[in-house]
Amino acid sequence: MIRNPQLNANGELTHLLTLEGLPADVIRHILDTAEPFASISEREVKKVPLLRGKAVFNLFFENSTRTRTTFEIAAKRLSADVINLNIGVSSTSKGETLLDTVDNLVAMNADMFVVRHAQSGAPHLIATHLNQHRQTHVHVVNAGDGRHAHPTQGLLDLYTIRHYKREFTNLTVAIVGDVLHSRVARSLIHGLTTLGTPEVRVIGPRTLMPTRVDAMGVRVFTDMSAGLAGCDVVVMLRLQSERMKGTLLPSAGEYFKHYGLTPDKLALARPDVIVMHPGPMNRGVEIDSAVADGERSVILPQVTFGIAVRMAVMSIIAGN
Amino acid sequence: MKIEIKNGRLIDPAQGIDRVASLFIAAGKISAIGTAPPGWQTHRAIDARGLVLSPGLIDCSARLREPGFEYKATLESELEAAVAGGVTSLACPPDTDPPLDEPGLVEMLKHRARLLNRAHVYPIGALTVGLAGTTLTEMGELAEAGCVAFSHADVPLADTQLLLRAMQYAATFGHRVWLRPQDPHLSKGGVAHDGEVATRLGLPAIPAAAETIALATIFTLIRETSVSVHLCRLSTAEGVAMVRAAKQEGLPITCDVAVHHLHLSEVDIGWFDAQAHVMPPFRSPRDRAALRAGLTDGTIDVICSDHTPVDDDSKQLPFAEAEVGVTGLELLLPLTLKWAAEERVGLPAALAKITRAPAALLGLHGGTLAIGHPADVCIFDPAAHWVVDRSSLKSQGKNTPFVGLEVPGRVKYTLIDGVVAGGLAPLPANA
Amino acid sequence: MTSNETPELPDAEATLLALVERMRGAVAFDAAFVGIYSGGAWVAERLAELIPGNHSLGFIDVSYYRDDYARTGLKGGARRSELKFDVDGATIVLVDDVLFTGRSVRAAINELFDFGRPACIELAVLIDRGGRELPIEADYVGARLAVARDLSIVLSRDNGRLSLTVEPVTNA
Repeated sequence: MIRNPQLNANGELTHLLTLEGLPADVIRHILDTAEPFASISEREVKKVPLLRGKAVFNLFFENSTRTRTTFEIAAKRLSADVINLNIGVSSTSKGETLLDTVDNLVAMNADMFVVRHAQSGAPHLIATHLNQHRQTHVHVVNAGDGRHAHPTQGLLDLYTIRHYKREFTNLTVAIVGDVLHSRVARSLIHGLTTLGTPEVRVIGPRTLMPTRVDAMGVRVFTDMSAGLAGCDVVVMLRLQSERMKGTLLPSAGEYFKHYGLTPDKLALARPDVIVMHPGPMNRGVEIDSAVADGERSVILPQVTFGIAVRMAVMSIIAGN
Repeated sequence: MKIEIKNGRLIDPAQGIDRVASLFIAAGKISAIGTAPPGWQTHRAIDARGLVLSPGLIDCSARLREPGFEYKATLESELEAAVAGGVTSLACPPDTDPPLDEPGLVEMLKHRARLLNRAHVYPIGALTVGLAGTTLTEMGELAEAGCVAFSHADVPLADTQLLLRAMQYAATFGHRVWLRPQDPHLSKGGVAHDGEVATRLGLPAIPAAAETIALATIFTLIRETSVSVHLCRLSTAEGVAMVRAAKQEGLPITCDVAVHHLHLSEVDIGWFDAQAHVMPPFRSPRDRAALRAGLTDGTIDVICSDHTPVDDDSKQLPFAEAEVGVTGLELLLPLTLKWAAEERVGLPAALAKITRAPAALLGLHGGTLAIGHPADVCIFDPAAHWVVDRSSLKSQGKNTPFVGLEVPGRVKYTLIDGVVAGGLAPLPANA
Repeated sequence: MTSNETPELPDAEATLLALVERMRGAVAFDAAFVGIYSGGAWVAERLAELIPGNHSLGFIDVSYYRDDYARTGLKGGARRSELKFDVDGATIVLVDDVLFTGRSVRAAINELFDFGRPACIELAVLIDRGGRELPIEADYVGARLAVARDLSIVLSRDNGRLSLTVEPVTNA
């Protein structure tokens, strides 16, 4: 069997590619490490010298200003040099292969790649390539690959849940929407189940549910009301605009009617429920503004925590 | 040249022979089994003690990549690989560039292969011009040029009206049509089996229904046309069940499975291993078990390698972008033996799937060691185990998910038309 | 000197009192005591109790400022540095349990400057074991002793009482 490419020979985290298969201790260590980083933004000098002199390449084959920015801020608060590369189009259509691009940047003494790619598994390919070519001092952070994983988003979601709920072992968490295409959902599901969350639900129409998603340890609901009942945490997924009307859904309006989170539907959850969203939100499609801006929403704190979590991930893997 | 192969375990599924016996070869043909013909004088003797003498293997799907993809492989490299794997005859699908849709291309391929004096090459002609799915090819001309059947390779044929007419036309002239059952709509964009693994890895998926819907369509059209159809690369349990029922119904069908599908499942994609990107996709362990059962009970007639050499650059890409296919000519025998050992299938029955059965499918005067037949022989050591690695493969394509696996069965000699064409052992000295 | 000779360790509580005696009257009335996690933090807490004056208390974790990150990575859990007073213009006494190479103190001084510009920084340590690798000296010392380089002096706290032990260095 192939060794988990995220771990080095000593079993330490050297790349972050997915939360799947990461031991609970490793996840908890990342969350614990993120906690003191959260206070650095309150200082006179909002950075620490941990990654001073390290070159972090933001390698974005798929545009995402927001995610790229959060990684950039995190790297800069660790005093790293950040180089942004928006390649934008798929590696093959550009002529140069993905691994050629990587080899070139390694030759420029890159220390870390933050990779966003439209194809599931692209960061694994890079990490495996680096491992095989003994470039073990170069680290890869997956910033979202296809439908597969978005592990730092999963970690910041876990951090947010732990911040407000402390424990995972008594929670009911619902993830609502386009699970089929969602790397956010997959990463969060792995994280929640690893940390012992007793009930993780996915809610959505069957066209947006992947086959055998129950095998990931979740309960599947097609009815929003039944799925929200008794929930401690509700995570709304973004519905991509190209999927709002077509073969998966008839219209955004019908989607909102059945699966949009309104105050009425939220009232079915526990009174102390928290509402999360990975952003950017489609108000009036998956979430009502009254909920998004309401007192149960922790959507903006998620963004703040995201920086600390990404600082923690980078500083842990760069040291291994 | 008169050759005597002594002391080997001679297995010929076509004749029901399985015993230690000498094989006598003269003028490129089998001249006797057991005792020498009258007046025999051995020019060259091969001691096959501890080895198995089998008819040369016949691979009903091996891509040689010529014309068009010489950077992935050439006739030279792949026919060398065939000989190293004990394969003496192979059928190649029409998905070359340009596709095998006109007689000149077929003749050129046959001619090039003959010059190399290696494994016999039997082209499968394209069913439609350019495999574009719009115009029928000149099947009569192509058959005269050497095509043994007609197929659409892995290219989707969405137009059922055209499929019906292609089958009617082929039936008119008695040609067999080879089809890979896969609905083009349900498989669009898919790269992995629609199951737990694709869901976990977030890979676009192909449901089992893509195969069963295509099978239902094909069966319906066979009932309309009575054309003989060979079904290529079955992959699902439901598909096996449908083929079993269709055979019971008496439909004129045969079917094959790729040898790697007998061993791997969706689980073997691991962390996006592009070497496990194949078409049809590796399906669930339950499907794999059904394929094995179908092979044992005769629902599946033939095992092939579906040999597809792919260059490293085309594999070192994210899973979905990586080119499909595995190299297989040199692994056909070992992986068939491994399946047979695991399922407790006897050697004669196992070898039948890669000798007699594909010979019947292709209509070849071969696949047997019967007297008077061409002396295409595979001599292998069934007890020798070896570890698959890139350097051990003669094929230009090193793309296989089996690297690192220890497999049984080492080919020692491959004889084609009575000539020792290659193998591991040095040529034997004159007796 | 080799590690075969286990050094005679002073009593931690008595050493603390000796340190208090040296600091009493010498430190500024409003000096803030900033302990370096974890041993220095315990000592700083005690000093703030025992030394008269208006002493703010702060704690600092130097994990992000260490110079051995490239070699050892970020293994242990870092803690949040807490300086709840205005560092700008403050008189600060950095407090650590054991002063050895001086590298932790260097890291702590660097970190303090990321919170603001102190008027003055002094250093108080329970034990000075020598072996400096940087030009750093303590202003107030509880006790001085010589210990082999492959041994580390560890301060523990049990029910508020401090004690000293010697352990072999764990990470080579």
